[in-house]
Amino acid sequence: MIKDITLGQFFPGNSIVHRLDPRTKILLTILYIVALFCAKNYVSYAFMLLVLITCVRLSTIRVKSLVRGIKPLIIIIVFTAILNMFFTKGTPVADVWLIRRITWEGLRTALFMVLRIMMLVSGTFLLTYTTSPMALTDGLEQLLNPLKKIRVPVHELAMMMSIALRFIPTLIEETDKIMSAQKARGADFETGNILQRAKAMIPLLVPLFISAFRRADELATAMESRCYHGGEGRTRLKQLHLVRRDYMALLLGLLVIACVILLARFGV
Amino acid sequence: MDRQLEPIIRTEGLTHVYSAGTPFEQTAIENIDFAVYPGEFMGVIGHTGSGKSTFIQHLNGLIAPTGGKVFFQGQDIHTSKLVTRDTRFHVGLVFQYPEYQLFEESVYKDIAFGPKNMKLTDDEIDERVRWAAALTGLEESLLDKSPFELSGGQKRRVAIAGVIAMRPQVLILDEPTAGLDPQGRDEVMDNIRAFHSQMNATVIMVTHSMEDIARIVDRLVVFHQGHIAMGGTPREVFSRAAELEQMGLTVPKVTKVAMRLRELGMDLPRDIYTTEQLSAALLAGKGAGR
Repeated sequence: MIKDITLGQFFPGNSIVHRLDPRTKILLTILYIVALFCAKNYVSYAFMLLVLITCVRLSTIRVKSLVRGIKPLIIIIVFTAILNMFFTKGTPVADVWLIRRITWEGLRTALFMVLRIMMLVSGTFLLTYTTSPMALTDGLEQLLNPLKKIRVPVHELAMMMSIALRFIPTLIEETDKIMSAQKARGADFETGNILQRAKAMIPLLVPLFISAFRRADELATAMESRCYHGGEGRTRLKQLHLVRRDYMALLLGLLVIACVILLARFGV
Repeated sequence: MDRQLEPIIRTEGLTHVYSAGTPFEQTAIENIDFAVYPGEFMGVIGHTGSGKSTFIQHLNGLIAPTGGKVFFQGQDIHTSKLVTRDTRFHVGLVFQYPEYQLFEESVYKDIAFGPKNMKLTDDEIDERVRWAAALTGLEESLLDKSPFELSGGQKRRVAIAGVIAMRPQVLILDEPTAGLDPQGRDEVMDNIRAFHSQMNATVIMVTHSMEDIARIVDRLVVFHQGHIAMGGTPREVFSRAAELEQMGLTVPKVTKVAMRLRELGMDLPRDIYTTEQLSAALLAGKGAGR
């Protein structure tokens, strides 16, 4: 039920993708997204699909988990497909009633758009599935480090992000628990109209907020009593180091972009 | 206990697997056959992660089993959504740290939440709230206060009152005394016993306190790695003290003393679990030795 939320979920593993430095993976994901937007025709899309499949195979993440990540987006995907099918100008597919509005060009665009969304989501999910939230924020902090020069509070932002990520499972668990407790007293979260359902949320939200504030307070005290005072002069237990496989991976990433641009220009 | 009676709750091959089909797959409980009879006071013990919390949440239909069935008064509780929801009013469940579920602006309203969901009339609700408050030793003056102003022990009793106000035939409690001071603990245990005897209800209590088990329960089951490893009267279970300790559970202190005395060569029975039994056995031994 509520535990099935895949947002930011991490599947521990020991594949080559898991072992890459988080910075490499973030950069590669950006490269991948750029490459995806460069793809314009069948060949380049096929190539990107091949790249994605290779990455998924290397990561040992199950396709089933990726599909579950895409599921919530089905409405958007279908909507995009229909809009593109009907509103792209070109040669109609057939001269019958509504189908007259569907064009061959529209079908092509729809296919590309659907592929693009699905591949975009799968690619980014691959990042969060193979990188622990902590590694992800560490990597992000280091990548954004140069911004400190222009007074962007990078450390504080990264800390907030890791705390938020850290507490997502806790809050979900808490929600589950309170929901069960209220259900045991006959609360009904599943039936009724929107207004009734919103009202039914009160017994859930009040205790949840109270406990979230209590937790925040306790965490702040715990951090202060261990002398936390922001990022200055702070050292880390786990230092990130780029090794040869990271450079190789980045090189491959650049190569992929180059290939896609070439294929998009000269392919069909 | 009259075993000719129909069990009030019965499970058959009850199994629950969490996150089936993912790397996080975990079998919480497996193939549990269990029965509790009307009016019984039943204890559930087991190490953390032994599956006891998952198990009790099946008994009022909060979790649907992935295998097997749960029967309340002979009826499968998952035949329809209506039956499941109705079961929750007959099988009251008090979670661990239940004070975290309080949400209303007054104690009165919070206790009334369950009865209100049962669609009772205002008079009935009022009668039940006052009855439940009295039973759990909450004074009338507290009823108008915000539950968040109360002490920890009082909050706990408000939360318990909120469940027993539904007058369930079976009351299940998950470590009702965890985190309370000794006085609060005694008060809560007294409340539970009062409910048990007044309503002639069935009580199932998960606890870590072997002393409570020894003092109060009629029968207990021991959970170990998702299975029921032992079951029976406290006398039967505590006579297998060595096995219990192997499962990482403790036995009542008196049982430990008796075990040690036996190791030292005294001739004592194996089924001692209260101070009275030990002193009686010691006196008998002394009499025989003379």
